Amino acid sequence: MTRADLMGLLLAFIARLITGAQGHWKGCPPKAEQRIYFANHQSHLDWVLIWAALPRELRACTRPIAARDYWTSSPFKQWLTSAVFNAVYVSRTRVDDQDPLEPLVDALKAGDSLVIFPEGTRSNKDEPKPFKSGLFHLAEQFPGVQLIPAWIDNVQRVMPKGEVVPVPILCTVTFGVPLQLLPDEDKRAFLDRARAAVLDVRPGRA
Amino acid sequence: MNFDLHALRNLSVNGQVALLFVILFGLLLLVSAGILVYTLNETSEKRRERNVQMLRDLRAVWIGAVVFWLAWMSGPVGATIAFGVFSFLALREFITLVRTRRGDHRSLLLAFFVALPLQYLLVGLRAFDLFTVFVPVYVFLAIPVVSALAGDPERFLERNAKIQWGITVCVYGLSHAPALLLLNLPGYDGRGAFLLFLLVMVTATAQIVQELASRKLRRRPMVRQIDRSFSFRAWALGVLAAALMGAALFWITPVDPLRAAALSALAGGCGNLGELVMRALKKDAGVRYWGNRSSVTGAVGLLDRVAPLCFAAPVFFHAVRWYFI
Repeated sequence: MTRADLMGLLLAFIARLITGAQGHWKGCPPKAEQRIYFANHQSHLDWVLIWAALPRELRACTRPIAARDYWTSSPFKQWLTSAVFNAVYVSRTRVDDQDPLEPLVDALKAGDSLVIFPEGTRSNKDEPKPFKSGLFHLAEQFPGVQLIPAWIDNVQRVMPKGEVVPVPILCTVTFGVPLQLLPDEDKRAFLDRARAAVLDVRPGRA
Repeated sequence: MNFDLHALRNLSVNGQVALLFVILFGLLLLVSAGILVYTLNETSEKRRERNVQMLRDLRAVWIGAVVFWLAWMSGPVGATIAFGVFSFLALREFITLVRTRRGDHRSLLLAFFVALPLQYLLVGLRAFDLFTVFVPVYVFLAIPVVSALAGDPERFLERNAKIQWGITVCVYGLSHAPALLLLNLPGYDGRGAFLLFLLVMVTATAQIVQELASRKLRRRPMVRQIDRSFSFRAWALGVLAAALMGAALFWITPVDPLRAAALSALAGGCGNLGELVMRALKKDAGVRYWGNRSSVTGAVGLLDRVAPLCFAAPVFFHAVRWYFI
């Protein structure tokens, strides 16, 4: 077992201790298929929570997206994102001749699963912001990959914006029914439907 | 009865403790075997559901017994840490269910990462005088100060009361269990495990008997809005059962049968009233169970199981100590 594996186990243990990190598989079983999980984004902890809620054998092939400029700025951050989480780096500054989705496309071509937060940024509102179009383009290019909506509940209470120490409060990640891109579905319509699917798996809703 | 109690009393302390655990695990094995045979019958859906529930409870009892044994084996440090972890998990569950606001963040950090470890440190050091007043005096005053410094006046009293209450029940109450384990009474050195064992046995007995009695008696419920089965007569039967259990187990305590019965009745009665209070709290929070089935939090349902102990332990501890010192 390498140091990165140990770090991964440690982080998952801490996430479990603080939040419980319970995964509720309501709409689909946890299976080793190629998937894109898309979820609401309220806190820095969101990724760790989804990752800890996944069964251990799925963690290795499920990758987060990380901003290249921030997450490679120090050796530790670089090691954490590349060795422990096997993150897909994207650049936030757009270069003209490059498609910003290219690293994601490469990862999906290699057969990996991804976790994305289509709001693009953390929202501190109750409801998620409108989704950005990346999810649509990926769904278009990879019709064989399952799109799984997920709702992360309670995490904003664990670590509100501006605080650094998390408070132990139980959180859940609920995974919903896989979504399909319909034939000739409009981009906006699909993104709204995806957002509704995320809101749909929120606990406490009938 | 041809059972020589004097021989038992003359055994060494470790011999007695070993005997206690042999009896405990022996009984558990018998009960488990019985339950396992019973659950082989899966004829109806209702039966199957009850089997699952039964096996889950059985597992919880086993975990409890093993933790109790490990706590005893590892001495003061192990016992303190084990109950500290229970306190942490119970408080985590409690705080999840009461709505807290952003302004409570620092108060919650104080509760989880300062008050809780310090309280258990005091237990481990056997500093029982400070241990008794640390939460009711110092933490009680510190929490609202931290809360006020966060600068959020909205529902200030209510939010603080909730946090205080959680700390008092989940940390202060439960910390009296390892305190019993570590209490050195004159002429009763090293036998604290018996007191804790007695406490757990009588609260469990009172709970089970009250549950059965309220099912059989079908009395008019006293507080229909909170608990549809709670009646005074069922509660009194629970207390009586606890007293009988305590009298039967008097040989493991430092007192005579009558006083053992009185102490046990007190603990059993408090535990069952504590359970009623937790029911009221659950109704207030809008959940039927703390556990997973409510799907509000995905909590593990620990609070449900330790609630009677949280209420019974401080009273029992105080009564024992008051009687002896």
